[in-house]
Amino acid sequence: MLRYLKPAIFLGCLAPLANLVWAGLHSQLGANPIEKITHSTGDCTLTFLLITLSVTPLRKLTRQFWLIGVRRMLGLFAFFYGTLHLMTYVWLDKFFDVHEMLADIAKRRFITAGMTAFVLMIPLALTSTKWSIRKLGGKRWQSLHRLIYFSAAAGVIHYIWLVKADLKKPLEYGSVLGFLLLYRLIGWAASRNVVAAKATVSQE
Amino acid sequence: MLIKKAEAIRSSEITPQSLYLNRRKFLHGAAITGAAAAAGFGLREVALPSATVLAGNKIDGIKKSPLSTTETVTPYKDVTNYNNYYEFSTDKEGPATLAKNFRTRPWKVKIDGLVEKKEELDIDTILKMASPEERIYRHRCVEGWSIVVPWVGFSLSELIKRVNPTSKAKFVEFTTLLDMTQMPGQQRPVLQWPYVEGLRMDEAMHPLTLLCFGMYGEELPNQDGAPIRVVVPWKYGFKSAKAIVRIRFTDKQPQNTWNISAPTEYGFYSNVNPNVDHPRWSQAKERRLGEFSKRPTLMFNGYGDQVASLYSGMDLKKNF
Repeated sequence: MLRYLKPAIFLGCLAPLANLVWAGLHSQLGANPIEKITHSTGDCTLTFLLITLSVTPLRKLTRQFWLIGVRRMLGLFAFFYGTLHLMTYVWLDKFFDVHEMLADIAKRRFITAGMTAFVLMIPLALTSTKWSIRKLGGKRWQSLHRLIYFSAAAGVIHYIWLVKADLKKPLEYGSVLGFLLLYRLIGWAASRNVVAAKATVSQE
Repeated sequence: MLIKKAEAIRSSEITPQSLYLNRRKFLHGAAITGAAAAAGFGLREVALPSATVLAGNKIDGIKKSPLSTTETVTPYKDVTNYNNYYEFSTDKEGPATLAKNFRTRPWKVKIDGLVEKKEELDIDTILKMASPEERIYRHRCVEGWSIVVPWVGFSLSELIKRVNPTSKAKFVEFTTLLDMTQMPGQQRPVLQWPYVEGLRMDEAMHPLTLLCFGMYGEELPNQDGAPIRVVVPWKYGFKSAKAIVRIRFTDKQPQNTWNISAPTEYGFYSNVNPNVDHPRWSQAKERRLGEFSKRPTLMFNGYGDQVASLYSGMDLKKNF
């Protein structure tokens, strides 16, 4: 099933980009196309990060174990849209002015947060291959890939610090992320309890 | 960048007297033309630089103004579909549809505070106070984008002179309509409603400060602040209050909504100033809608020759 589903999901993940390109070619990007491109690639990045983080809970809750097979692709799409988002900033907003960008990163906390979110995704994208998992070993690979929690959190903070007054959308992303992290926290606490219980049992 | 000084008025640009005398016709037939517009008769092409279809009621007898810039006017479509008007929506494309049925008649503007006679002026009385002028101004948003708009109105000083503020009046405060049934954005406490803004008296009396009721030769579209707003071209756009229902004269500096919302980010003065960054972004450059590259932002939005003297001796970093 995954063999047919994967290409379909791949195409689906490209739909936001296709939509943006189509709108651009038909002058449908509104009065400020560059702003529209910046905002929609940013939205896509956060959305794909959250979708990627939903795979594990969804897999466990629905017992659809094949879902793990698409997680890497979803994560790489988050990185892909994050790269496009960064490129709109580097090219269309700053026109490759390195000096201005460095000043921005140092001075503007929403840029600092956004850059952090992006930088944290880089090692994850680089170690997304099967070869990397083997090389690093499952445990180490897994702990490295927990960086996605911090990347997503930095992404939400980036959005919160960016808006002028209306926090509705960033807080929507934030609450979804909150639930996804809470799920893991509960799972982690529960497994610790089990370990602790086992330890007590063995002592007795 | 070179900002051309406004040219003297050419005789060809002076409106014929017959047209000038007819300028009030539009005020009378508002209901009839409104109905016609609704029926689709009001739609017509007007040969503007952007060649767009306008849909409002034409304002007759508009005089050109030497205060206008000669820069390329931003297309009507962009100015009417890209609005920061949080009373309707925090989404810039929202106000165009959400303001469609906004009622601009009947409309009264309360004049109070330090004036000789407190009164309620009917919008149509205000519109007759002086003859309409077209003022093509640069308009710079605090977010870093800008437009060039052919506003229609007359200097706010024309109204102020007629309502006789007392000598104690040092500031003017503008209040936007509060009506959450008509302005759905007010149902959420994104900002403190109603929206208030203010100017120092000398700023309000400056000839550039426009009491505005039209643009592109027509009545102001609802999403751009109908039926009446101010336009203060050397300040960031949020200083130019829309849909005004109250003008109050006071001896104390009035509060302004964005300053209440984020005091470290938006000051009372909010003069366009490329040297004073917004805490979260640089103000050195701006993107003119329709242009790919950014252009440098000019001190006082390019109106320094006219307004810099208002602030001589003031620390504009402190009084941002």
